[in-house]
Amino acid sequence: MNSKLNARILVFSTDKISDPAIDMAGLLKLHYPPKVYTIPLPCSSAVKTKWILHAFEQGFDGVFIAADGSDCPYGESCTEKTGDIVKRTHDIMKEKNIDPMRLKMAAICSVCSESFVKQVKSFDEALIKNKNAE
Amino acid sequence: MKQKIGVYICHCGGNISDYVDVDKVKDVLAKEDGVYVSKTTIFACADSNQKEMVADIKANELDAVVVASCSPKLHQITFQAVTERAGLNKYNYVHANIREQVSWPHSDNKIGATEKAIQIVRSSVAKVRLSQAIEPIEIDTQQAVLVLGAGIAGMKAAISLAKMGTQVYLAEREHFIGGRIAHWDVLCGTEETGKELVTRLYTDVIANKNITLYTGAEMVSSGGSKGNFNVQLKLKPRYVADVCDDKENIKKAIEVCPVEVPDEFNFGITKRKAIYHNFPSEYPQAAVINMDDCTRCGECEKVCDKIDLSQKEETVEVKVGSVLVATGFDSYTPGEGEFGYQAIDNVITLSQYKRLLAISNGELKWNGKKIENVAYIYCVGSRQVEGENKYCSRYCCTATINTALRSNDKFKNLNHFHFTRGMRTYGKQEVFYHEASKQGHVFFQSYGDDPTKVENKNGKTIVKINDILTNRKELEVEADLVVLVTGMVPRAHNTIGDILKIPKGRDKFYNEIHMKLRPVETVIDGVTIAGACQGPKNIVESINSALSASIKSYSFVSSDKLSVEPIVAKIDENLCQYCDACTTACPFDAISKVKSGSKDVALINHTVCKGCGMCLPVCPTNAIQLITFSDDEVENMINVLANEL
Repeated sequence: MNSKLNARILVFSTDKISDPAIDMAGLLKLHYPPKVYTIPLPCSSAVKTKWILHAFEQGFDGVFIAADGSDCPYGESCTEKTGDIVKRTHDIMKEKNIDPMRLKMAAICSVCSESFVKQVKSFDEALIKNKNAE
Repeated sequence: MKQKIGVYICHCGGNISDYVDVDKVKDVLAKEDGVYVSKTTIFACADSNQKEMVADIKANELDAVVVASCSPKLHQITFQAVTERAGLNKYNYVHANIREQVSWPHSDNKIGATEKAIQIVRSSVAKVRLSQAIEPIEIDTQQAVLVLGAGIAGMKAAISLAKMGTQVYLAEREHFIGGRIAHWDVLCGTEETGKELVTRLYTDVIANKNITLYTGAEMVSSGGSKGNFNVQLKLKPRYVADVCDDKENIKKAIEVCPVEVPDEFNFGITKRKAIYHNFPSEYPQAAVINMDDCTRCGECEKVCDKIDLSQKEETVEVKVGSVLVATGFDSYTPGEGEFGYQAIDNVITLSQYKRLLAISNGELKWNGKKIENVAYIYCVGSRQVEGENKYCSRYCCTATINTALRSNDKFKNLNHFHFTRGMRTYGKQEVFYHEASKQGHVFFQSYGDDPTKVENKNGKTIVKINDILTNRKELEVEADLVVLVTGMVPRAHNTIGDILKIPKGRDKFYNEIHMKLRPVETVIDGVTIAGACQGPKNIVESINSALSASIKSYSFVSSDKLSVEPIVAKIDENLCQYCDACTTACPFDAISKVKSGSKDVALINHTVCKGCGMCLPVCPTNAIQLITFSDDEVENMINVLANEL
């Protein structure tokens, strides 16, 4: 697929868990759309709703939070806290008439490279379909 | 705002430049606002290139640097050091990952890869443009380490640290040291018994003046952080005089004690008194009274004047720079009826069987009946299809084979039947499996969804399997003793984990930061983990991790000053209207409420804050910023990534 046809996706990854998985996807030469851009953070529970909304305002089609899940080195509460961020942001997105499907979260463990690639590919396809339907 | 930024784009031999047009990236970046130097290099990490970069930064008087190369996990520290050698602050450096996240995954799309590389390097420039020179937080350090747990891992770590010249406090919760090793007879691959190994290590511990050993010591609280932990240890009394050479009267005291309880040292297959020794691996060599069992009848005091029931619990405080946790594991206890456990009287666990072999002489008997056919059922409590323990306990296949082989040295005419789910005697341990096969041990195999069954038929214990090695033929063995090969589970008693707030993994064992890159560190700065508290390990693996953890802990206390990463959260007091959401969200109790003028505001303890950022999104007034991940930095990166040139 020509890269221009891909959706533009911002990934919030995490230094110790999901970013190593994304690195390993590269190491394994697993291909995914090139318009997937990553900003690594210490923890997925640190993503501010403000940043997600800013990404949409700037033209990103989708935001994907590659969450630590239960592997989070900062504690078990991470899964719930990241889930709360997504829920709060989805509510605001609805108020602003932004389709909530444009924000997605999945736990990506440090060796979940295939899972990451599968997630961003299906997210890319869903976003393109959604865009075409508008 | 930085205005003389140097950008260095690496070919990585061809790993990057075969798929990314690095010259185009260089040319685009040269026009970026604030970029003063934009260059390509064949191998950025090569020593010669590092020297050239240092000279280049100095000659051009650059104020910030971006290197676009491989993953920051590999070389961010390398290039931060380069910038420091060139006289810059290392936080004026940003790393752009254009190999693992660009050239390799997009090797099928060179145009797309080049476009993405440009965007990623531009976004790194956007971040470094706003970078500030920040200094590590420097703190005074206690040059001592607390090692929790005096099993094989704890003792090896303590000895290793003490040899490096560090003061070590070695605290064992039980009254006797040695942990699990103390239970075992001849250890696999050696001619040494557990007792001999424990004796050797205990002798080293006692002989080393740098080690202070506490037994019956339980951690009850901990304050402070890396470099300065204040730990309270509660010391349980033995109720027997510390120096007791009155062995005859102690023996009498044990004889007259009317209380009998299952002996934990033999996993409940024998009884002990409320006052007891821990033979054979008893160190320190002194009896103890377990007050949970004692009725305080006073009979022992009548025959032995070394008994002192008036002893009281004590609390000691130790000040250390690092805590090394080596608290070991619990053996899995099968549920009632699981493979006949507690329902059929000749079904026992591997631990019980090992102690039975150790304490039996002449004929091997269970409940008075001679044992000839022993059936071993593997993976009990590990690799569970329906239970929580999905992991392999690693040590049990080899431990079972070793036990079975050694049992033939002591008892004749034993027949061994192994009901496995696939043998995992990995590495050199394969020779023991081979030896058992040669000696005529019979191996069966089943899958997890079709487990071995244990039944009682007319007073006989029958073990049945649909054996996949014989095309799922149903085979059965009449067993005199069924041994359940139980795996390792995390300690049920986990107050240490709760006090130190050590995160646990999916398997509920303590979690390291990264399995390969930082395998003995936890996210709690200054706290390292070793041995089976981190996950199932055999003795050799436990020792390796203990030595590794001891080196890591030593690195925290080797100097009287310690630098702490300054990436922490900070509060804007003008915006803060203290609501406690951040305090609640912080998993490390790093945020407290303080008065600032007439209002309450949040205060972050920078030596406790781990920089996770969990407090950021819960603040209703956006009063919290994480250093190096501020709104301006993140949003500027987003602006660049969203808008191609």
